[in-house]
Amino acid sequence: MVTSVTSLGRNGLSDWLVQRVSAYLLAVYAIGLMAYLLCNPGLEYAAWYALMTSVPMQIINTLVVFSIAAHAWVGLWTVTTDYLNGPQLGRSATGVRLGVQALLVLLILVYVLWGLVMIWGGA
Amino acid sequence: MKVSIYRYNPETDREPYMQDYEVDIAGKDLMVLDVLALIKDRDSSLTYRRSCREGVCGSDGMNINGKNGLACITPLSEVAPGVLEGKKPLVVRPLPGLPVIRDLAVDMTMFYNQYEKVKPYLINETPAPAIERLQTPEDRAKIDGLYECILCACCSTSCPSFWWNPEKFLGPAALLQSYRFLADSRDQATTERLGHLDDPFSLFRCRGIMNCVSVCPKGLNPTRAIGHIRSMLLERAV
Repeated sequence: MVTSVTSLGRNGLSDWLVQRVSAYLLAVYAIGLMAYLLCNPGLEYAAWYALMTSVPMQIINTLVVFSIAAHAWVGLWTVTTDYLNGPQLGRSATGVRLGVQALLVLLILVYVLWGLVMIWGGA
Repeated sequence: MKVSIYRYNPETDREPYMQDYEVDIAGKDLMVLDVLALIKDRDSSLTYRRSCREGVCGSDGMNINGKNGLACITPLSEVAPGVLEGKKPLVVRPLPGLPVIRDLAVDMTMFYNQYEKVKPYLINETPAPAIERLQTPEDRAKIDGLYECILCACCSTSCPSFWWNPEKFLGPAALLQSYRFLADSRDQATTERLGHLDDPFSLFRCRGIMNCVSVCPKGLNPTRAIGHIRSMLLERAV
């Protein structure tokens, strides 16, 4: 048993599950949005605006933002623990890894809040 | 044919180097181990491990032209196209990712430490029967493809996840052994065994790239075993 306090769920199974579920959601969303764009050539701003400000789409977009955030954190956390560790960086590894992880978490949080403002801001 | 071998003697060499040898194989499709023996006849300082020389003991795992394998059961014709014909050199290096003791002999401590962690023995607290613990043929069949592992370390040392985190990620060999006991109808420690595997590293650092499957000299499939353990964890926790 290896202890970890910086992974998303502190548990490998839950991280793995979150990564899979969020991947499916993102895939369905991306394919659906592309299909919509292909089916609506010459799309006008008004129609796009109406779609994006409808409540179902606002909810879907919110789920997508959270999915991207969770998916990105599981993936980037894995990258930092693979490549920013002892064999590559020696004694400074823990400090560098923690610093990069903190930076990434803050960046992801900013993106989430920014995304929520865009979706629900009602501009 | 030309043979290029990784050489390193920590007592005399400042750093490892590749040494080239010219070997006459008389056109025969020798095993890589036989070629090493021909070289050792001339240069007794060349160091490597070997024992049974027939793929049973797992001593001579090494990296042959970029792919891990057992030297004793790898014929030159299967190393890479052109090696047997002498058009390409045979390149032999130690197993990647483990500390080199000398030349092709590596320190397997990290590998064995991970093996020890999965408690690779039957745990059953009930009194032992007079003769043996019986299994149905169906239950016995469940450990086929698992018990055959000879711990040569070809799989774990071809796995990047094991290279980056050899102390945290158990590696394909230890995980295959873990599933060998999880799948055994006579073992009673399933809950305890699974309880040690659900952190983000021990098992879940496997990204499923299947290097382990492509190199296993016994044709075993550690990735599938890891998948089975993952399913068991999922069934228990969802």
